[in-house]
Amino acid sequence: MGAASLPRKVLVANRGEIAVRVIRACQDLGVTAVAVHSEADTDALHVALADEAVAIGPAPARSSYLDVGRIVDAARTAGCDAVHPGYGFLSENAALPRALAEAGIAFVGPPAEVIEQVGDKVAARGAAKAAAVPVVPGSDRLDTAEEALGFATDVGFPVLLKAAAGGGGRGIRRVDEPDELATAFAEASREAEAAFGDGGVFVEKCIIDARHVEVQILADAHGAVVHLGERECSLQRRRQKLVEESPAPGLPAGLRKELGAAAVRLATEVGYRGAGTVEFLVDPHTWSFYFIEVNARIQVEHGVTELVTGVDLVVEQLRIAGGLPLPLAQDEISWSGAAIEFRINAEDPERGFFPSPGRLTLLRLPAGPGVRVDTGFETGRSIPPYYDSLIAKVMVWGSDREQALARARRALAELAVDGVASTAPLHRRIVGWDAFRSGQFHTGSLERFLAG
Amino acid sequence: MAEHIVHAPFPGVFYRRPDPESPPFVNESDTVASGSVVGLIEVMKMFQEIRSEADGTVTEFLVENEAAVDAGQPLMRLT
Repeated sequence: MGAASLPRKVLVANRGEIAVRVIRACQDLGVTAVAVHSEADTDALHVALADEAVAIGPAPARSSYLDVGRIVDAARTAGCDAVHPGYGFLSENAALPRALAEAGIAFVGPPAEVIEQVGDKVAARGAAKAAAVPVVPGSDRLDTAEEALGFATDVGFPVLLKAAAGGGGRGIRRVDEPDELATAFAEASREAEAAFGDGGVFVEKCIIDARHVEVQILADAHGAVVHLGERECSLQRRRQKLVEESPAPGLPAGLRKELGAAAVRLATEVGYRGAGTVEFLVDPHTWSFYFIEVNARIQVEHGVTELVTGVDLVVEQLRIAGGLPLPLAQDEISWSGAAIEFRINAEDPERGFFPSPGRLTLLRLPAGPGVRVDTGFETGRSIPPYYDSLIAKVMVWGSDREQALARARRALAELAVDGVASTAPLHRRIVGWDAFRSGQFHTGSLERFLAG
Repeated sequence: MAEHIVHAPFPGVFYRRPDPESPPFVNESDTVASGSVVGLIEVMKMFQEIRSEADGTVTEFLVENEAAVDAGQPLMRLT
């Protein structure tokens, strides 16, 4: 592309609520939005709202939304000059920006090399260290229980023993006391050998009652990087976030500032471009914080940041992709009030959150002061079994957290979902839960609440 | 011998293998025991094992690997 300017026509390479969200941003900017859809989504809302639509293949995502070739072909055929990947699917797959670059089409997201660097756990940790951003203290691969004990004693118990070849939460065991370590080390090593064919183990400090706090950043193509404050995302089940809010309740002002500065340093270090999120664990006992990972995409929960800052993050993504500079300097970004998001998923909390696809015989969405809902559905449309279970994001804003909570209670009472099971009843319980109302919760709290 | 059909208990995508690099759970003419895993169905990113409810020999697959299936759709025939 030559001179900096907005894209003229954008292929929205996603579905559901995020496709609708991106289409809206395009249309607000006067940019033509082209939807894509699989055979299962021919009648989907995002297709109805887009200016044009392209069919990209059969229902299974591998043959449609996850197929780089089909997405690039669709963009070329429709005459698009940019592709917005949304979240999930191809959003953090460097093959898409590479293929698009060859086709002379812009990718709305970071450069391929940056996606690869932050997507590699070791490289991302290295970049964090180089940017003086704290990481969770962890050892190299260790061969003996004595070495493990030495490291654990230095960082303090409890610690986690992790399989060097493990991943996705597998091969992790917690050790609370020094005298348990030798046995645990032998067991962990044996299990790692059996499960991964590699008995290598390393030790990591275990952060007790850790909170998950993440920082939204924006970076333009000219080296400007700003942060838009934090989101508290500790209410999770099996690492899936259910409720997110901004600002994080109870966070000291100094820590908030440090988190923002750390996120900006890391983004600068890796040459980030676009919208991104830097995730941290926060220790509520010491207010220490540790880098976890960078999400190189727009996130599901971006709306709470938009509600408290007034910045349209998806519009900014499109402007950045066109080479335009950030419209705001850090000191021009201000925060107002409190926003909370509740993820309404087609899952049955009474049946272990088992997926519940099917036809929505009624979807009545809340509205009124301080309420925003992003959804890819409406009454009468079907939720296909092939993709994620997100039906709608109910977001509320209040001039303070108390008003946001009151509006949350009202909005969730207005919401009606019939035809499929949903997480709506669980959210109605969460807004009445003392730990949530008081802001005294961490990443283990929700699972305990669900078990109790 | 009585014929037995394995049905999809819910809609989703049917897989014959635990992962792309592994061999199929069962092939035609394999003997299966009641309760053994004969496939996976992915529904909303969750993978659920599909088990045979009878002893028998697989005579025919009624859907392809990675096919979209509806709730109640026949997946394979056993005798």
